[in-house]
Amino acid sequence: MSVILVFLLVIAGFAGWWLSHQRLMAKPWLEQGLIGDTIGLEGSALPTAKIGLGVFLAVVGCLFALFTSAYFMRMALSDWQALPLPRVLWFNTGVLVLSSIALQCASVAARRGEIDAVRLGLVTAGLTALAFLVGQLVAWRELTAGGYLLTANPANSFFYLITGMHGLHILGGLVGLGRTTAGAWNGTRPERLRLGVELCAMYWHFLLFVWLAIFALLAGWAASFIEICRQLLT
Amino acid sequence: MVDVTPADAVPPAEVAEMELYHPHSWWTKYVFSQDAKVIAIQYSATATAIGLVALVLSWLMRLQLGFPGTFDFISPEAYYQFITMHGMIMVIYLLTALFLGGFGNYLIPLMVGARDMVFPYVNMLSYWIYLLAVLVLASSFFAPGGPTGAGWTLYPPQAIMSGTPGGQDWGIILMLVSLILFIIGFTMGGLNYVVTVLQARTRGMTLMRLPLTVWGIFTATIMALLAFPALFVACVMMLFDRALGTSFFMPAIVEMGEQLQHGGGSPILFQHLFWFFGHPEVYIVALPAFGIVSDLISTHARKNIFGYRMMVWAIVGIGALSFVVWAHHMYVSGMHPYFGFFFATTTLIIAVPTAIKVYNWVLTLWRGDIHLTVPMLFALAFIVTFVNGGLTGLFLGNVVVDVPLSDTMFVVAHFHMVMGVAPILVIFGAIYHWYPKVTGRMLNEAMGQFHFWVTFLGAYLIFFPMHYIGLMGVPRRYHELTATTVMTESANDLNAFISIMAFLVGFAQIVFLFNLIWSIRHGREAGGNPWRATTLEWQTPETPPAHGNFGKELPIVYRWAYDYSVPGAKEDFIPQNMPGSFGTSREPA
Repeated sequence: MSVILVFLLVIAGFAGWWLSHQRLMAKPWLEQGLIGDTIGLEGSALPTAKIGLGVFLAVVGCLFALFTSAYFMRMALSDWQALPLPRVLWFNTGVLVLSSIALQCASVAARRGEIDAVRLGLVTAGLTALAFLVGQLVAWRELTAGGYLLTANPANSFFYLITGMHGLHILGGLVGLGRTTAGAWNGTRPERLRLGVELCAMYWHFLLFVWLAIFALLAGWAASFIEICRQLLT
Repeated sequence: MVDVTPADAVPPAEVAEMELYHPHSWWTKYVFSQDAKVIAIQYSATATAIGLVALVLSWLMRLQLGFPGTFDFISPEAYYQFITMHGMIMVIYLLTALFLGGFGNYLIPLMVGARDMVFPYVNMLSYWIYLLAVLVLASSFFAPGGPTGAGWTLYPPQAIMSGTPGGQDWGIILMLVSLILFIIGFTMGGLNYVVTVLQARTRGMTLMRLPLTVWGIFTATIMALLAFPALFVACVMMLFDRALGTSFFMPAIVEMGEQLQHGGGSPILFQHLFWFFGHPEVYIVALPAFGIVSDLISTHARKNIFGYRMMVWAIVGIGALSFVVWAHHMYVSGMHPYFGFFFATTTLIIAVPTAIKVYNWVLTLWRGDIHLTVPMLFALAFIVTFVNGGLTGLFLGNVVVDVPLSDTMFVVAHFHMVMGVAPILVIFGAIYHWYPKVTGRMLNEAMGQFHFWVTFLGAYLIFFPMHYIGLMGVPRRYHELTATTVMTESANDLNAFISIMAFLVGFAQIVFLFNLIWSIRHGREAGGNPWRATTLEWQTPETPPAHGNFGKELPIVYRWAYDYSVPGAKEDFIPQNMPGSFGTSREPA
């Protein structure tokens, strides 16, 4: 359970940092009158939707940290047999990076108000994300064809489970991206479009980060990394 | 006295107005509503309905325990199904949903001075997914093989094997699917509760001016958002084991002389995941109760809450600590002694902030102008009950004491006191307190008093003897024990007594439900602020509050939520949105 505890420690760090700016030492029973906007204590200047997405991503991160914890605990048992990673995963990683870059470009373009570049970025991101999903399916087919079936070994089960869960999150993101893309053509208000594109970019970067972590986990690098950490600690 | 700005020179509210969704038809106003207040009532009604099922199940269990061998229709399988469904419904579908979905939705926007939740559409979806989860859960009663009988902890391997009711039928699958749905729905709601507190507070409402109710619900929601994924992961992996034949949790097992296809999995892994959710869950239920009870006590004792800052820090501290105590539920799983030592230590440390809260409640009451209204009675009963359940928690937190007691009725008595009876007393108190705001009418006082005394004394008559039965060594989880040596005649008599009390308490709840319905029409008119309370929800221009909560302009907050009996003030309470400075000296809390 160490992975999830480290993750929660990071969250606790954020929460502590935020709380430390909220005048927790105040003595409210002695303060009358209007405080707040003089000191800036009434919520963040960030758009509410971004904060909402941030909280949601913390929950998603928690979910994958827990899968990782379970992965390591199950891995320690004797019947674990690592499976060879399909080559296509490298290609998929590249495609997902492209997708993230495209959204970043769209986000920059939205800030500058270049609607054509926004549209191009959004469509590229959507198509590359779809390509990523197709690539993941190809990886699954390769593995099943090679005899690495879901139930044959816990390493296989985790591979399908975790990549599937990540794919579902991409799929959910595509719904949001689709709505934003439709908005880019139907003439949404520029500031609203910009917010939508930025939210998509945030979500995409996070899922890319999650994918890189998962990739390292499934390839076995994460395990050796943890082993090094453990040796340093003991 | 610190006056931050001169009180009479206040500019009009400048908090950005949210775009409110305006319903156009009866359907979008009352059914597919995006108004947090309507969603709150939907959540509460659904939770109460499925809670009644859990109540009936507890009666059936008590029938069997009190009068073993008398009722043929309660087979061992059925008994386990009753246990499982009773536990799961009470903990998740009733307590969690009612505190966060019900009270959270109703009170957060009103108490922080917001027009509505920040994502009303997602909030609406949250309720409908919750309803779906409840329906899936309820449908398992009608599925072939009935609901699962795996115990509310759903421990593998037994949960998905043929010896357990529902293990190889639909029961366990429906349970897991229902939990997964619940978690998805809750996450949607939880995002709303957290972000609304973060972003939609009205002018002047700093974090340290929030009523403790909001602090409790806010912290509990953050914990739930981080803890429920553990249950989600456990459920998904068990669903894979059961439906697709993987071996995440399933070791190699021979069942009825037949080798199952599973092998190598770890049931302990499931226990870790489950309790990583399961222990924070205790506080997810307790923290909102702590917050609400603080407000009830302060209001009905006409006195400011003692140690507000400490109360806030204690809530945050308990929230953080509760993530590092989970393995105290697993002392008997054969863990390393040092591991047990660590978790025993963290468990006992959590008693410190909890005790601070109890002291502060008691000190708030000290020399207060105590009004023994029904909500106050329930709040006082909560303090006593929570202390009671907390003390037995100290027993069970220690490994050496827990090991012999772990499988006895002592544990049942402990957790019912601390996370069953105590939070439910708060729920009742809160309903008596806020019902006038929700409906505009008071609940009937006589029926309320009857309900309180029967529930409070009855609950003690149920669970106090149960501690003794547990100390005698009577194990929990057994369908029938009459013929064994641990069941002395006196233990059997006590069991019968407990069962009769359980029926009595159950019937008192019917009086309560009748009161809820009867008072909508026949209750005394309440007016806007019947308890003369300070918090914003009592200052709305209309009662019940209209869509948008606060009329044309949002309130501005000039003080904390606990200005009761301020010396020099005209009345014994000063609403949070009243400008001006009052009073000369107040003892720092």
